[in-house]
Amino acid sequence: MATTIDHSLPIDGAAETRDRPALGRVHEWVVTVDHKRLGLMYIGGGLVFFLVAGLQASTMRLQLAIPEAGLVSPEMFNRLMTMHGTAMVFMVGMPILTGFFNYLIPLMIGARDLAFPRLNAFGFWLWAFGSILLYFSYIGAPGLYGAGSAPDVGWFAYAPLTERAFSRGSSTDYWIIAIFLTSVGSIATAANLVTTIFCMRCEGMRLNKMPVLVWLALVVAFMMLIALPPLSAAQAMLMLDRLLGAHFFDTQAGGSAILWQHFFWIFGHPEVYILVLPAFAFASEIIPVFSRKVIFGYNVMVVASIAIGFISMSVWAHHMFAVGMTAAGNSFFVTSTMLVGVPTGIKIFNWLGTIWGGKVRFKVPMLFSLAFLFQFLIAGLTGIILAVAPFDWQLTDTYFVVAHFHYILVGAILFMIFAAIYYWFPKATGRMLGERLGRWHFWLFLIGFHLTFDTLHFAGLRGMPRRIYTYEPGRGLEAINMLATIGVAFQAAAVLCFLFNVVKSIRKGEIAGPDPWDAWTLEWSTTSPPPEYNFAQLPVVKSRRPLWDLKHPEDPDWLYE
Amino acid sequence: MGAANRLIPPNTVFGTTSTPAHVITTLAFFAFLVTGGIFLVVGGTLAWSIVRFRRRADDDGTEPPQVYGSNPIEFAWTAVPILIVFVLILTTARTIFTLQEPAHPPGSLNVRVIGHQWWWEFRYPAYGIVTANELHVPLSDPAHPTPTFLALESADVAHSFWVPRLAGKTDVIPNRKNEMWIDPHVAGTYLGQCGEFCGTEHAMMLIRVVVEPRADWEKWVAAQHATATIDPSAARGRAVFEGTACVNCHTVAGTNATGRFAPDLTHLMSRETIAAGAALNTPANLKAWVDDPAMIKPGALMPAMNLDPQDLDDVVAYLTTLK
Repeated sequence: MATTIDHSLPIDGAAETRDRPALGRVHEWVVTVDHKRLGLMYIGGGLVFFLVAGLQASTMRLQLAIPEAGLVSPEMFNRLMTMHGTAMVFMVGMPILTGFFNYLIPLMIGARDLAFPRLNAFGFWLWAFGSILLYFSYIGAPGLYGAGSAPDVGWFAYAPLTERAFSRGSSTDYWIIAIFLTSVGSIATAANLVTTIFCMRCEGMRLNKMPVLVWLALVVAFMMLIALPPLSAAQAMLMLDRLLGAHFFDTQAGGSAILWQHFFWIFGHPEVYILVLPAFAFASEIIPVFSRKVIFGYNVMVVASIAIGFISMSVWAHHMFAVGMTAAGNSFFVTSTMLVGVPTGIKIFNWLGTIWGGKVRFKVPMLFSLAFLFQFLIAGLTGIILAVAPFDWQLTDTYFVVAHFHYILVGAILFMIFAAIYYWFPKATGRMLGERLGRWHFWLFLIGFHLTFDTLHFAGLRGMPRRIYTYEPGRGLEAINMLATIGVAFQAAAVLCFLFNVVKSIRKGEIAGPDPWDAWTLEWSTTSPPPEYNFAQLPVVKSRRPLWDLKHPEDPDWLYE
Repeated sequence: MGAANRLIPPNTVFGTTSTPAHVITTLAFFAFLVTGGIFLVVGGTLAWSIVRFRRRADDDGTEPPQVYGSNPIEFAWTAVPILIVFVLILTTARTIFTLQEPAHPPGSLNVRVIGHQWWWEFRYPAYGIVTANELHVPLSDPAHPTPTFLALESADVAHSFWVPRLAGKTDVIPNRKNEMWIDPHVAGTYLGQCGEFCGTEHAMMLIRVVVEPRADWEKWVAAQHATATIDPSAARGRAVFEGTACVNCHTVAGTNATGRFAPDLTHLMSRETIAAGAALNTPANLKAWVDDPAMIKPGALMPAMNLDPQDLDDVVAYLTTLK
């Protein structure tokens, strides 16, 4: 059993650095290979881009609040929507989730770092420079040609709009290279996570004793290894088209526009699961702790996660129902898409089973998690509706789709990112993130989210296509769009509460101690924040909840698992 | 523009007047029924259990009983969803085959639809008609359907042809021929627009479909056939038009204007709108458009020709004679 936790040992490694001059401390963060610092830098960097891309979204919503508004030009609107989409996926979602896995995996499996710390740092800096490069396009892309600014071809950049004939200047090249860099960084991180999880677990932690979060990280890492290389290959081909005059996607010279779509979505759809499985991972840790019950159906949860990983590799062309596939082809992708709903549903049922019979504590991380459950349920069901291919011919590329995937990306993933930040903030900083401001954050964000994204479903059903910079009055869209924009104001206010809360709590928050939530996994057995080497002595575990065993020696988990 | 289009009912995907859209709506109601039922059951149970199993004020601080799982329950909530999705899969597949493999009854009409950055070209091969942005089709009698089959091609980038009340959208992709069909049962004007992001003016690539009783439609066909009447009073405008770059992109049948890059203007005045629906086709709007297209549709590929005021007036006067 984990009898090895001895808090009397002088394990506060950070103390000796505190007296260094400011420049020296910055230098330490730049050269660090510590998984915790890299994790925090990923999350912090992701949050910075979250603010930028969020402001871009707010600008678009202001433009669309009333019909025929002239706030931004069509060209600027197209840049806003391209940058918003690209940044939210590659510069916000990916780094924040990678950051959490970076921070948590070694702590949860009782390791001192990831398997390849330098590769980890390399991945981070590739991501950081790729992201900066994308935004540098606003300044750099006019380039020698004097045309274009930031990329304006949409985040999925359909060929041949991205070819030189239709996208002059360098903006699309910036987009290609930025995404190429961040994807290579993600591939490095994925290899690192797989190796770490297979090779670095502490004594006693067999695969089936790992926390559910670690299992999901493993599935996500494998999915990244499979899904990202096609994206990188497609970016390389597009670059050859643009810079060397190749014809992969150049339809005017016989290239294929559909080929790009297949490449993009065989990355793009697994990517949705790469982003949402970490949200499942957080929920699978937070819901049990705040329900005071062990996760219901651990084995089924693990199998369902792996099943989602496999099935989600075969659903990509449901993004392409309207491109004119054969009836048999369409039917195949209807089938695979609907089937992926089954293991996903099983996960919701098991979280429900975890809450059932528990004693639910409504702390901020749990509030966000409960909202996640409802919102993810709705997002999954609208996903089933979109999988009905003929109906998708009506709804694809409309605001119904926008509302559906924002229900996943915001209602599920962002809500769970907030939950995870409130839950693990005490571990990373040693101080609690304020509960009172946290509740303001939660309720404002909940109201804003529903005002914006519930209404947008109806815009789609009323025939409003996505990616239009304006629309006509008198087409039944005014009230919907006005409500959606008002919702953004609530979301912005909520994010301000959150930022204020973070700034305040880092300096003055209540001291957390090693285990503020009375939780059960290994990260709570070390100090908050953990020393650079995580554990003075590597732990030894006998069950999935080593701290439960420690706290309840009369009724340990390993008797039942 | 809004004033004219306000009178046309909103593009709700449930306000269907054509078989493909109608079949889709029926299937959609079934899908909403099933998913709505799932939402009520699961969401209701979730809400109930959160309230029921909240920590009470008089809690004694002990941990609740730890339940690790249950195989019968797991089996039940795996089997039921599988059954439900299989019903949905089979109904969906049946509708896919119905819509994608339609019959071609005699009397059906074939139209070539060519997407351009940011307008639509419509060609009627059997009638030798070329027009733009406003598709005229005959009414189809449900008892004796005369559907219109649209062959979709693109001249540049990917677009998508979407008129929600008539059918779902089908992408218009360069180097590829797609097909879709409509058979409208109610006369009137239907609005639609490009459904796939295609560049700067994606938002202003609108479609009008005018559905007319067969006799009216045949009148329209006859009018489109007539050669352009050349009104001698507009001779100066015609000379300016034919002496500038207009003719490189536009066609006016029977003249030296034979460009294929932009809309055919032979019967310009038979259309309700200009600039792919961005403005009503009035002399004032035509003048503004010819003077500087970017004022009406920023990013439009038609350049401002910088005509002096007299030439501008004359060209517009000439254009208004193209009935």
